[in-house]
Amino acid sequence: MFRFIIRRLLFGILVLWLVTTTVFCLLHISPTPVEKMIAGPRASAATVALIRHNLGLDRPFLVQYWSFLKDTFTGDLGYSYVTQAKVSSIIADRLPATLWLVLGAAVLWFVGGITTGVLSATKARSLLDRTSTGFVLLGLSIPPFLMALLLPFLFIHEIGITWFQTGQYVSPFEDPTLFLQRMILPWLALAFLIVATYTRLTRGSMMDVLGEDYIRTARAKGLSERRVIYRHGLRAALTPIVTQFGVDIGALIGSTIVTEKVFGLQGIGQLVYNSIVKGDTPVILGVTLLTALFVVVANLIVDIGYSFLDPRVRVD
Amino acid sequence: MSLLEVTDLKVSFNTSDGVVQAVRGMTFSIDRGKTLGIVGESGSGKSVSTQTLMGLTPGAKVSGQALFEGQDLLSMTPDQLRRIRGPQISMIFQDPLSSLHPLYKVGWQIVEMIRAHEPNVSKADARKRAVELLGMVGIPQPDRRVDDYPHQFSGGMRQRAMIAMALALNPKLIIADEPTTALDATVQAQILDLMLRLQREFDTALIMITHDLGVIADLADDVLVMYAGKPVEQTDRRSLYYRSHHPYSAGLLRSIPSGAGGRGGRLIPIPGQPPSLISPPSGCSFHPRCPYVMDTCRVDEPPLREVAAGHGSACWLPKDALGLGPEAEQLRESAVAEGRTEVGA
Ligand SMILES: Nc1ncnc2c1ncn2[C@@H]1O[C@H](COP(=O)(O)OP(=O)(O)OP(=O)(O)O)[C@@H](O)[C@H]1O
Ligand code: SF4
Ligand SMILES: [Mg+2]
Repeated sequence: MFRFIIRRLLFGILVLWLVTTTVFCLLHISPTPVEKMIAGPRASAATVALIRHNLGLDRPFLVQYWSFLKDTFTGDLGYSYVTQAKVSSIIADRLPATLWLVLGAAVLWFVGGITTGVLSATKARSLLDRTSTGFVLLGLSIPPFLMALLLPFLFIHEIGITWFQTGQYVSPFEDPTLFLQRMILPWLALAFLIVATYTRLTRGSMMDVLGEDYIRTARAKGLSERRVIYRHGLRAALTPIVTQFGVDIGALIGSTIVTEKVFGLQGIGQLVYNSIVKGDTPVILGVTLLTALFVVVANLIVDIGYSFLDPRVRVD
Repeated sequence: MSLLEVTDLKVSFNTSDGVVQAVRGMTFSIDRGKTLGIVGESGSGKSVSTQTLMGLTPGAKVSGQALFEGQDLLSMTPDQLRRIRGPQISMIFQDPLSSLHPLYKVGWQIVEMIRAHEPNVSKADARKRAVELLGMVGIPQPDRRVDDYPHQFSGGMRQRAMIAMALALNPKLIIADEPTTALDATVQAQILDLMLRLQREFDTALIMITHDLGVIADLADDVLVMYAGKPVEQTDRRSLYYRSHHPYSAGLLRSIPSGAGGRGGRLIPIPGQPPSLISPPSGCSFHPRCPYVMDTCRVDEPPLREVAAGHGSACWLPKDALGLGPEAEQLRESAVAEGRTEVGA
């Protein structure tokens, strides 16, 4: 078990190193050299050379690579071309909004997906199954921007729940009520896009499991149907779902651009959008590294969690 | 009153290919403490019939009656039936590798069953009982193995654990559905011995399902031979081994290696394939494979009639053609030659 975790940890570090190296190469093969971009088109050759020296770009390639690695792993991601601020503090500023968005939505889609999935698996071909399948298709087929536009329109204007708001991100530690008011619709919008996948995943996984011999044993033992379905069925069906869940959460940090943009949340997604528009390479690459970190960590948690969920993979 | 009395049980499934008539009229009974062997080839309806009694065949269309201590299992509510499963009737299944939940400890699975029916028993007491049960079925160091997961048990040990579970609530009837088929020969013998010993100890009635007559040679009181969803011969064990009537039973006897009818220990399989259960053959359903087939056999279905006291057979051959001996064989051959039938006999 311990060796298993160490192995996964080393693998995670390897992945991060590869991503960092790729990012380093990208920085150095950009068509306009970095010093020229910072100095601007009209700067003199002397200024460009000075900036080049200040940034350490006149050092040997491998030395630069080594210091880049060191900086990255200590959290120093360089400076923005646009605002000259530290990339790490720009990201740290924006991270809470995105983290809260993803985590809140994740709870919704996980619980929602499993509930509808189990119901439609146990009542296959019933009205409920058909209805939830309908919603699944709807969720899968609506483009994200439309979903984000639709929900405020539906809930605030049509149904008239004015308690819901749209607007900038507010920290839950400053104003918990306003936080909830502003986050609920983005959560719903994001969750609705993804919940469909979990309904289908749960339904499929449950249908497979409910046909297993050990489910028949559970029934033959005289357990209640509820216990058979949840304690025996869902417990076994959960493993692939949890795996997917970890991977999705990790990958979602950095790909919530549309939802953040439409709802006006100042998160990582918006940051990426603005940086791409302005060509702020260090910020884009910083977010790339951060996303990689999240994916690696999420996978690590999933792998370790998996071995707790399933005694058969506990290798010692 | 018998412990279990099944009358004209019929089970069918609607499938996209048509209606599968898995069980087409089955009548039998079993007394307290006795053993009934149900034998037949794969697909003859052994599992479906017994699982239907326990309400474990969702989607099946069921008719008939199954009186367990006078109460009809087939017309019980799901909740009534749930209370029968475990404390009254328990089951052991064919594949011990897949019959235990892979994610829960073996002991936990036994404890769960005890506490589902006896909620007043504390966890600690239920666990103590699980350890005792595991010890009784021959699991070494049961106090340690009780916390193992199924994958840490061998196939034979898992089947022992299933037996322990089946005995946990001291049921009146155990249905064992090919409990040794998935195990290798030496383990098979051990498991059968164990079941026999425990059955006597607990005075439990046992329905032993198998496709191998050799398995029940030593332990069944009565035997029911199934073919295409129907019983074709029904008698006590001795009569079946020495004075069988139905050609299908004879075929099964010949296919036992070195069994009662085996010739020089060689296994003679029954030629041909089991019939379709969507459109079973006309007349006697065994006629396409029967070496003695006569004209009537293709048209009229033979009823299960008494060929000797307490010995029923569904075959048109002369009643006194019993056993595999030369005299009986001669009787059968002359019957076939004349195309003679025994209608109304
Ligand atoms: N749920 C179902 N839907 C449709 N057909 C079924 C279903 N369950 C069983 N059957 C069919 O019923 C027939 C009897 O099956 P059953 O499992 O009782 O055979 P068996 O005698 O136990 O055979 P085996 O020795 O292989 O276990 C088979 O033809 C099988 O295909
Ligand atoms: S009734 Fe006819 S076909 Fe059927 S088993 Fe007897 S002899 Fe064979
Ligand atoms: Mg079977």
